[in-house]
Amino acid sequence: MSDEQHSGNWWIWKVFWILLGLTTFEVALGMIKPDFLVNTQFLETKLLNHIFIVLTLIKAGYIVLVFMHLGFEEKSLKWTILIPAFILVPYLLFIILTEGAYAYLMM
Amino acid sequence: MADSLIQNDMNAPAWKGGDVPYKASYGKLMMWFFLITDTLTFSAFLTGYGFSRFKYQDIWPLPEDVFTHFPFLHGDHPLLFVALMTFTLIMSSVTMVLAVNYGHKMQKNKVILWLSLTIIGGIAFLSSQAWEWGHFIHGDSGAVKLKNAEVIHVVKEEKIFSIYELMHADSHAEEHHGFDITEFKERFNSEEDLGIKLYDKTFLDHNAAVEYLDKNASEILLGANLKYNEYGHVLFADYFFFITGFHGFHVFSGVILLIIILINTIKGTYERRGHYEMIEKVGLYWHFVDLVWVFVFTFFYLV
Repeated sequence: MSDEQHSGNWWIWKVFWILLGLTTFEVALGMIKPDFLVNTQFLETKLLNHIFIVLTLIKAGYIVLVFMHLGFEEKSLKWTILIPAFILVPYLLFIILTEGAYAYLMM
Repeated sequence: MADSLIQNDMNAPAWKGGDVPYKASYGKLMMWFFLITDTLTFSAFLTGYGFSRFKYQDIWPLPEDVFTHFPFLHGDHPLLFVALMTFTLIMSSVTMVLAVNYGHKMQKNKVILWLSLTIIGGIAFLSSQAWEWGHFIHGDSGAVKLKNAEVIHVVKEEKIFSIYELMHADSHAEEHHGFDITEFKERFNSEEDLGIKLYDKTFLDHNAAVEYLDKNASEILLGANLKYNEYGHVLFADYFFFITGFHGFHVFSGVILLIIILINTIKGTYERRGHYEMIEKVGLYWHFVDLVWVFVFTFFYLV
């Protein structure tokens, strides 16, 4: 991050408002549960759940890249940290959840 | 010849460090490596939760039916309390970045102010979690456990009806140690408007319910712990205690670390050292705790 951006605090509060806004939006959706989002199925689950997951990933991105400053670190460091997670977590999710769905069918 | 070779080796410049490819200090790098391992640990916990939820998808309790209470408010307020907890943690993340930022500028008093507020946020979060655990352990309406270990609920007009109310007992009285199943059946049989909600979330009306309970009911469950769970499958309670407990333990260790660096800041240790990098390293850990909560919030409470 450049020194000029570091000088103020506005970028911290900007991220705060984004995180707060996204969380409020999620909670509102969770309380209202709009019918078309609950009843539309996409990739084996409700459309609403996909929206929650995408919003969560956006929030996670802001926390890691701005609050944890990873977006402004050396490129090599950034990818050393992110690549293991990007490979291992989806892999784990894929095999375990597939197995869970199979276990359900076999009950 | 051999002599000169050895001589050459001796004179070759040894690597003395100094090249820093990641342009990050040792401490920060190690904190990041620790956080990668911790990321994978929490991913494993949450995917484990996903496995059980997929496997028992027909009978898994809905989080919005479980966490519906808010201190000092009556009625159902699903999500409201966790939303508040999430807000607390995001807020404490912000105060942490502010502390780090003033550390860069070597403004000791501002660092002390924002670190203290971060600690208060952490303690507020832990207290909220204690309240929620207490509520979950105590339970709401009680449930009936069947001989095959399924958990079913008493309902009135398709809404869960409290067993405490049926037994004319105060749910917050200290002395009750559960209800007798025969006594429960007698009371149930005489209340014509009560039915039951089965494990697969279908309903039985009064007459069918009386017969069903007579054949299958084994005991009354009150509250939740690692052995049983009045809200449904026991694994739900196990994962809840394990995942939020492990996260809460991270928050607790974070608060301890924050208190240590606050004391050091007040004593002027970092001022003398010439930099506030320790605040940055603890800050990384603190944001990670917030990051994990973002995922727990989504996968335990929202989805």
